[in-house]
Amino acid sequence: MSGKYQKVAYYPGCALEGTGHAYNRSTKELGKALGLELAELDNWNCCGAMEVKNIDPKLQTYLSARNLSIAQDMGFDTVMAPCNGCYHNLKKAEYDLANDPDSRAVNNRLSSKAGHKTYQAGKVTTIHALDWIKEAIGEEGLKARVKNSLKDLKVANYYGCMYTRPRHIFPEKDKGPGSESTSKPHFMDDLLAAAGAENVDYPLKTACCGGAHTLSDSDTSTKLVLNLLTTAEACGADVIATECPTCHSGLETHQVRAEKVFGRKTTVKILYFTQLLGMALGLSARKVGVHENFSESSAFLRARGLG
Amino acid sequence: MTDTRNTRLDAINARLDAVIAKPDAVLVAAAPQLAEELLVLGEAILEIWLAAHGAGPTALKVEGFRLLALHRQGARNDPSFNACRETCRELVYHRNLVVLEPAHADTARRLRLGAMVTRHLALFIGGKLEVAGLGEFCCSSRPLRQREAAAQQAEIA
Repeated sequence: MSGKYQKVAYYPGCALEGTGHAYNRSTKELGKALGLELAELDNWNCCGAMEVKNIDPKLQTYLSARNLSIAQDMGFDTVMAPCNGCYHNLKKAEYDLANDPDSRAVNNRLSSKAGHKTYQAGKVTTIHALDWIKEAIGEEGLKARVKNSLKDLKVANYYGCMYTRPRHIFPEKDKGPGSESTSKPHFMDDLLAAAGAENVDYPLKTACCGGAHTLSDSDTSTKLVLNLLTTAEACGADVIATECPTCHSGLETHQVRAEKVFGRKTTVKILYFTQLLGMALGLSARKVGVHENFSESSAFLRARGLG
Repeated sequence: MTDTRNTRLDAINARLDAVIAKPDAVLVAAAPQLAEELLVLGEAILEIWLAAHGAGPTALKVEGFRLLALHRQGARNDPSFNACRETCRELVYHRNLVVLEPAHADTARRLRLGAMVTRHLALFIGGKLEVAGLGEFCCSSRPLRQREAAAQQAEIA
């Protein structure tokens, strides 16, 4: 345990208050079980998600910067965002404010108009929940705390697209041993392996799930997700571990839709990595919100002595 | 999407389904040829995208593979294309595994996974041809609606 990230600012974002509620619950419970402290940002706002970014990326930069400014006001130099979309947007805002004078000008103007301090690049570091656990506890620290090994689980780790792309907004990645890789991410693999899981070599860990087109072109999304699911099963996985609420709900809902629309049934379970780690530490399935997932995994987990 | 592109992608998908469904012994017997075929199918998928955008597919290679050169060509001025960058690299990786170790005990599985990776590429490109914005909403988000929004603002003003 490094002592780093013992207490960080927490930005759950809107998905974790809605469809990703189980991710919010399991992240908080995991933190508690590990003795880590999260301080939720006061009066946080939407990160600008994809909707604002597709209309006005500079406005999205401002919206994310406001959250960073709140973290700074609360006395933090690190904010943890478990949602890939939020994480990506805060990182993008940081990059834009450091490199784009127009973005800085918009941020200055809107911050003044809104009457709060203008966020300046470089004051707060955004990290993902994976960075948080990896750095604060580490694999050895996790191993020492495991009560229920995940040894009977074969896991395909699915990171989705926004955790690693575009590469330029993640300057800390691809720095060699110990750092995360944008082409073949491994932090989730490392943590789950430390908790006893057997990771399969999953070739689609950052492949597109068509998530954002789930309403405008549902069939494309379903086919992409179905291929993610069948490939995980072909790799021998019985669980897909996720670290993004959008990916997670997309995989769950399109798993159902694939059966209804295309008659293709898959049985691989979809669980947040925080739920898996929580259960490895001895937390109940209920405590980490397995019952709040869209798909049913309880019997599967009980059969393996988890939850 | 025109019928021609549809037909070509459908044919590629049908061939991939056939490869995935083959018994292990059949896959192993023709392993290096099938691995090369997957690479060629991947190139054909990217060619369909490039042709649909009026670009002549390159004959050049990147790191020894035309597939990677075609991906780079497709990604020029279109960051959303990077959403299939790792998929292309995984296809090359699986081809290499099979070609370099055709007698490996995992060869049939590696070929099937290579075919599934190729299928993901076909689905992604097929999806992009159907809805041009696929991949431009998440990791490669860009202001697709800025012009419409500006027009609406002007109307309101």
